[in-house]
Amino acid sequence: MKKIVSAKEAVKEIKDGATIMIGGFLSCGVPDKLIDALIEQNTQNLTMICNDTSYPNADKGKLIVNKQIKKLVTTHIGTNPETGRQMNTGEIDVELTPMGTLVERIRAKGAGLGGVLAPTGVGTIIENGKKTMEVDGKKYIFEKPIGADFALIYGTKVDRFGNVSFYGTTRNMNTVMATAADTVIVQADEIVDEINPNEVVIPGIFIDCIVEREKDLETV
Amino acid sequence: MELTLLSKEKTREIIAKRAAKEFKSGDVVTLGIGLPTEVANYIPEDQHVIFQSENGLLGVGKNTIGDNMDKRITNAGGICVEIKKGACFYDAATALSMMRGGHIDATVLGALQVDEEGSLANWMIPNKLVPGMGGAMDLVIGSKRVIIAMEHTNKNGEAKIVKKCTLPLTAYREVDLIITERCVFDVTSVGLVLTEINPMFSMDDIKESVSADFIISDNLTYMNID
Repeated sequence: MKKIVSAKEAVKEIKDGATIMIGGFLSCGVPDKLIDALIEQNTQNLTMICNDTSYPNADKGKLIVNKQIKKLVTTHIGTNPETGRQMNTGEIDVELTPMGTLVERIRAKGAGLGGVLAPTGVGTIIENGKKTMEVDGKKYIFEKPIGADFALIYGTKVDRFGNVSFYGTTRNMNTVMATAADTVIVQADEIVDEINPNEVVIPGIFIDCIVEREKDLETV
Repeated sequence: MELTLLSKEKTREIIAKRAAKEFKSGDVVTLGIGLPTEVANYIPEDQHVIFQSENGLLGVGKNTIGDNMDKRITNAGGICVEIKKGACFYDAATALSMMRGGHIDATVLGALQVDEEGSLANWMIPNKLVPGMGGAMDLVIGSKRVIIAMEHTNKNGEAKIVKKCTLPLTAYREVDLIITERCVFDVTSVGLVLTEINPMFSMDDIKESVSADFIISDNLTYMNID
């Protein structure tokens, strides 16, 4: 049985300077209550790994606006002008990574691999400063694994064993992030006694604690 | 110049309609955000093109409105959508495996610049506009066909079809076809080949507004602009 805690309790161990991963694609499948708790706690100098920085007034975007992020590893910042502004003034260090490369770097960490060979970005500035390798005549970029101290992820239904299932397009980065952090906190729309084993997407072994969000989806 | 001949709306319509002719039933297609998304509006209902989305949906349907909106089902632009019969959901690793791994038949994307070698720049203007690449680099590397659907020139009337991209590349030599409101180019091993021209424009118009070298196809035809 996994710990079931409040959002406030769940993020308490996240200290200044920590590296965090946050699931979600824009505002879909995002652990918004955990983010709100992190904003409330006002943890500083965070390194954030995420697919995008959402919108200025929403979830991940609010952490940017609140200036809690020192370094950002992401794939897209175009929906949040504040991220671009902070990047241009040097307030935030932004590493833009192709989405497929980011997801495989995270997966590599979680799977205990030493990195991945990606064809994406060959012949572009993504290649700069990185080792390359030819395999059967095709050039690849060596990309290192990436993990975090904490992963904040979303799950639609989570059972007491930590098994997670999803509805719709909410899986996104949540699945790989669950495998690649020291502590994994899942925000569930609903906690259930048991999920049909055939429908489990993230096995409970990867989850450390669960936070239940009230069932009102309108506020997502 | 004759640049005011076409309204913004008509320009986009010509491009999207032409791009919509590039698919056949059963094709799996990923559309970029903006103008490329409009391509879906011109594909006949009876042609079963399957739209893939990097946020985790194969079988993207129409945008939903009002009570039908489900915030847990969106497209890559974050817009709530319907799902088609046979649709499925998946995570980002699977989405990008489809895109990078050669499982997508065609992608339609916008561009800041495309050059005569088929290299593409569409993810940043240094120190000005840096939205990021999202899944675009993976898509361009992995799709069987890369179709660029874009307005012929930029806001300042400067060529976007160039000899060599000066903006940071999205991918090196991956583009197959370029569609604008004025013409269509095939990207071939011998360079750009002009295959279609909008009858509202002359060959001189095209030559003046493209800064790349190109060959005129022996089978040059007029674009349909109805």
